[in-house]
Amino acid sequence: MKEKKHIPNPSQEGIRHHIEMDILKFITAGSVDDGKSTLIGRLLYDSEAILADQLEALHASNRKNDDGSIDLAILTDGLKAEREQGITIDVAYKYFETDKRKFIIADAPGHIQYTRNMVTGASNAGLAIILIDARKGVVEQTTRHSFLVSLLQIPQVVVCINKMDMVDYSEDVFNRIVADYKKLAAKVNINNVTFIPVSALKGDNIVYPSINMGWYLGDSLLSHLENVSIKIDDTSAHARLPVQWVVRPQTDELHDYRGYAGRVSSGAFRVGDSVTVLPSGFSSVISKLEIFDKHPQEVLAGMSVTVHLQDNIDISRGDIIVNSAGRPQLSNLIEADLCWMDTRPLDTTLTYLVQHNTKTVRCKIQEILYKVNINTLEKDYDEDFQLNDIGRIVIKTAEPLAFDPYQLNKANGGAIIIDSRTNVTVGALMLRQSVD
Amino acid sequence: MSKYRLDYLDELEAEAIYILREVAGQFEKPALLFSGGKDSITLVRLAEKAFRPGKFPFPLVHIDTGHNFAETIAYRDKMIERIGEKLIIGHVQDSIDAGKAIEQTGKNASRNALQTVTLLDTIAANQFDACIGGARRDEEKARAKERIFSVRDEFGQWDPKRQRPELWDIYNGKIHKGENVRVFPISNWTELDVWNYIRREKIELPSIYFAHQRECITRNGQLMAASPFLNMDAEDIIETRNVRFRTVGDMTCTAAVESYAFEIDDIIEEISNSKISERGARMDDKVSEAAMEDRKKGGYF
Repeated sequence: MKEKKHIPNPSQEGIRHHIEMDILKFITAGSVDDGKSTLIGRLLYDSEAILADQLEALHASNRKNDDGSIDLAILTDGLKAEREQGITIDVAYKYFETDKRKFIIADAPGHIQYTRNMVTGASNAGLAIILIDARKGVVEQTTRHSFLVSLLQIPQVVVCINKMDMVDYSEDVFNRIVADYKKLAAKVNINNVTFIPVSALKGDNIVYPSINMGWYLGDSLLSHLENVSIKIDDTSAHARLPVQWVVRPQTDELHDYRGYAGRVSSGAFRVGDSVTVLPSGFSSVISKLEIFDKHPQEVLAGMSVTVHLQDNIDISRGDIIVNSAGRPQLSNLIEADLCWMDTRPLDTTLTYLVQHNTKTVRCKIQEILYKVNINTLEKDYDEDFQLNDIGRIVIKTAEPLAFDPYQLNKANGGAIIIDSRTNVTVGALMLRQSVD
Repeated sequence: MSKYRLDYLDELEAEAIYILREVAGQFEKPALLFSGGKDSITLVRLAEKAFRPGKFPFPLVHIDTGHNFAETIAYRDKMIERIGEKLIIGHVQDSIDAGKAIEQTGKNASRNALQTVTLLDTIAANQFDACIGGARRDEEKARAKERIFSVRDEFGQWDPKRQRPELWDIYNGKIHKGENVRVFPISNWTELDVWNYIRREKIELPSIYFAHQRECITRNGQLMAASPFLNMDAEDIIETRNVRFRTVGDMTCTAAVESYAFEIDDIIEEISNSKISERGARMDDKVSEAAMEDRKKGGYF
């Protein structure tokens, strides 16, 4: 491919908190007007991630830019209905890779009526790209997108100030927007922001460094995405393993085999660690770790493993194995942030289901504390919780959940609400703390 | 001390195993749809990693058009013997004999579309509530928006506008009676990821994936294997070509590509340099731009 600045990763040996991921999932927040689809299209096109037959279809399409060049936004359009309406209505996933990293883009729509789609895309993202139109600066939707990025705790944020070609590639315009955004970032608690001036339409600073903005000394967007460090927490204090499945072959030669299968959601487990099973509270010691035919001494967040314990205790799907020295909260009355995702409004008299890790139990939303106007960040005490509304609530569950505050441990702090009448996922919960 | 770090294949593998175990935990009667293609062969390997030394908590299901490459069927039977798991076969011929499906006629006749009928009947007859498939989001535009757990109504239909939000890695498998869920554990894999995984895991594949000599005809600009299943006439000229197949489907709709990739490393190099996407070699997608979306709504894998 093209020449790129190579930043070598310092050796990670011995550094317990800095394990690099090789796949970066990121979300793009912005609307059609900000040139979001064009930005993604440009990223794919210039990084040569588009194959010949797809390119052929792209060139054959009737949609062109005003100057007759190909409309790169077509690359991110998926469904027929969306093509007809000319808008993105759902989260679409796009895949590309460079020599350094693999990327998954969650392309979510930016309009307020699609807040739930953005929340969905953001839930798995390791990085968010927030798009700002250089002509407009920080606007209402920038606040909304930044609030959501903060609510979902996306660890890295890149603000792309787009359409720089329309403001004569002005450094002053860029600096003004950066200053404005920093004020907003402080208000919504976002750290780790990188600012990049770009023109998705013309290709400035997307893949190749811009020749029009000599004053900008940072990386192009792609170069930043390739080199940004995404860390996972692998401390044993946060070791969590939601049990998905109990492996019991019950054959003659494996009569006593009993393995607890699941994916380490956070932290690290080692052979010999003292662990506790929740909600029962029984403790034991890890006797063996398995990943199919391998028997590692240590397993880390993200790995699908099978755990064996020294003692024969009753464990089934829905239980969680944690390090005894760092237990999560265990409660059936929990304060949480809620994003409502269904066209039927929240009904506080109704019994819903809550799914947290591998556990699904009945629940009620006991109290609505407040809603947040996500355009202005003002609190709203209106108790009517509609589609796309976000606010703080208290949830009561039929059995206690073993959770960590979402801000401290995303993997064990997120949950969904299911309407048992329709079986549809109707809410996203970011659990905060037990209510006494 | 053996310590593991996740490279990207480990990450994809761990995610797929997690999804397979969610299926086992959430459903009463799941099944794994097995086509004999490399993606479903990869799924079988992942299922071994998810459930061994236990048995799979689901049978394998093959929807057999009767127009198979002989190599695929030989591979399938040998594999089933090796893994010792249950195989259920749904025959398209049975659907035709029962009058539920009508054989297409004409030069481009294929049983590809009829598979949907047989699949839905097989699901109904066995009361499967979840079907694991090897579809990937990078294959096609319409698949880019498909969920990992994709709910189908009792007609097997997918409604792209009524998909459930899928947050974090929490998969909602709750369904009403008669509905079922299609589950795609390798959604986030690309074609190249699958090949690299097959190489790493030393997974054996049907021989038609590798370059070989075969009698072919050229149809609509694509190389098709000459076979009794293909309606041929005097205009079709049979030539022996050096080819391989990038996907394994029905003989009437799976095009070959000219290739000298005899080993897996050759294939990986060929794909890395290839300028045609995998589904570009599928005639069934060429019919219209929205071809895949229409078929999915109708219950296709």
